[in-house]
Amino acid sequence: MSPAKRNSVSTDPVSSNGLISFRGVTKVYDMGKEQVHALRGIDLDIQPNEYISIMGPSGSGKSTLMNIIGCLDTPTAGRYEFEGELVCDVSGDSIERMNDNELAGIRNRKIGFVFQTFNLLSRTTALRNVELPLIYAKVHRRERLERAREALVQVNLDDRADHRPSELSGGECQRVAIARALVTKPSIILADEPTGNLDSVTSREIMVLLDELYGQGNTIILVTHEAEIAAHAHRTIHILDGQIDKDESRPADD
Amino acid sequence: MIEILRIAGAALWAHKFRALLTTLGIAIGIFTVGVVMAIIEGLNVSFSEQISSLGSDVMYIDKRDWFMNRDTWLMTRQRRNIGMDAAAYIRERATYISHVSPRIYQRTTLKRGDKSLEHIATIGVAEDMAVISGTDLTNGRFISIADGHHRKPVVVIGDAVREELFEWEDPVGQRISLSGRKFLVIGVLEKQGQMLGRNMDNMVYIPAETLLKMFSRRWRNITIAVKASDPALLADARDEVEGIMRRYRKLRPGEDNDFAINQQSSLQEFYDNATRMLWMVAIGIGSIALIVGGVGVMNIMLVTVTERTREIGIRKSLGARRSTIRWQFLVESMTVSALGVLVGFLAASGVAVFIHKSTPLAARIPPAWGLLGVGVVVVVGLIFGLWPATKAARLDPIDALRYE
Repeated sequence: MSPAKRNSVSTDPVSSNGLISFRGVTKVYDMGKEQVHALRGIDLDIQPNEYISIMGPSGSGKSTLMNIIGCLDTPTAGRYEFEGELVCDVSGDSIERMNDNELAGIRNRKIGFVFQTFNLLSRTTALRNVELPLIYAKVHRRERLERAREALVQVNLDDRADHRPSELSGGECQRVAIARALVTKPSIILADEPTGNLDSVTSREIMVLLDELYGQGNTIILVTHEAEIAAHAHRTIHILDGQIDKDESRPADD
Repeated sequence: MIEILRIAGAALWAHKFRALLTTLGIAIGIFTVGVVMAIIEGLNVSFSEQISSLGSDVMYIDKRDWFMNRDTWLMTRQRRNIGMDAAAYIRERATYISHVSPRIYQRTTLKRGDKSLEHIATIGVAEDMAVISGTDLTNGRFISIADGHHRKPVVVIGDAVREELFEWEDPVGQRISLSGRKFLVIGVLEKQGQMLGRNMDNMVYIPAETLLKMFSRRWRNITIAVKASDPALLADARDEVEGIMRRYRKLRPGEDNDFAINQQSSLQEFYDNATRMLWMVAIGIGSIALIVGGVGVMNIMLVTVTERTREIGIRKSLGARRSTIRWQFLVESMTVSALGVLVGFLAASGVAVFIHKSTPLAARIPPAWGLLGVGVVVVVGLIFGLWPATKAARLDPIDALRYE
């Protein structure tokens, strides 16, 4: 029972194969006296197996956009559907949104996060880090370990399964994080400045890995301010002052 | 659930020393209560063993209650002594009573040859005392009606007296001197052991009449011991004895008794009051320690939550629900308090074993203690962990992820 079906107010038909649909998504932060408009009415559609980069200077609202896509945050106005499920619909006085647990469920099953700072649990082995989302998905122990190992194989780190993050290089840490994002077979992989903390050689390795994952049919959304990194994507959305400035697609060539 | 326990264990293991210090308060609380419980349990065991030798179906008619405060003592000072004729009066009239014997207490010096025992409890009794006290003889016979009637100088000796004066000899038929007068030993009592710290074998029985003739003015105060014929009808027996005594004393209806009927249960009551005090002190100290310990747990959990804000953010971004995070920290705080309970329990058990080994007190920690321990874990862990855990669960994932 998807929230969209429950929503009697809904008028927009849901596109059958749309992965993400934003309609007039707005985010206003109430900072006491003044209001900060982080997003001003974003309309955005993302289809499955797209390779998208979101670019913009700091303060443009791209982080807010990413947080909302990632269901870590909810808009103050507008409508957000994820795979046809209504995440949030705020228009005027009518507010319809998923509750905290439903949002946690979406994050758990549908979204794989890759962060600039890796965000691995420091005292925990690579394998256990990768296993973590499956624990929250209540996957059985044996299957969990199997899938976590598989994910580590996918990022070529199966020989480092029992190492802790402190015993791994930055590139290796980020690959563990990518394995963790992959392990639930999410609908999108959301990478926020994934190479921001890495040197150029390692950055290239990580981007090659992301390209491969895209090649295997994953949907990837990349948030970055580096044009070189953004160029890996086939569609680049430029954000400026909380609005979409440009939305360019390039044919998948290379 | 297993995962949550494992996470909590790992988190605590990372800060072993801190966790141990945190548990100290709870450990002290549990330790205090545990040790007092062990001691009380030990007291209970020896007390009930010892008190049973008094006989639950035996009543003692005395001038005063065994236990009284200063005021009642002053009030009862004016009471008349109870004399030997009261025993005869009861014996003639009582129907619920099977045995009656006077009980007169005197300290004497026993001598045999060059051996001498001073301050020996010498109790003047009648033939019924053998049944009332429930003691058997290992040798010889008890005091008879004729012994009393003729005020014979005969004595039944306790086991400790036998050991001191006769060692391996058979005392029956031998003579000993009791406060300078020759007595014939007619019987030896079975070993009784201790009661309330007193050696019950260091005593002798002589006929009550003989004792009165030897030691007193005529109106010496005595105690009368009576045994109910049916323990189930003890209350009836008591009422009857009270009525007989009132008649004997010629009390009018409405007048207060000028005598007291004491029972094993009055000793029990006194004991219960004494241990209740001990209990209250222990529970008081224990709960203060537990509250202090609990606050310690809460404090450390708040620190932990702050330290691990980022971890909480990561877990939330990976799909942990609020309830999952809350449980994670609750289990952690409960694990800390469980650790405290364990430490306190082990320490208290150690002390209990030590007391058991080095003193006559059979100190032990009763099984109910386990339940209490579990209760403490749950209550302290939950109450003092709830706020930090809720705080953790309510963290905003974005802020938490950004936290440095």
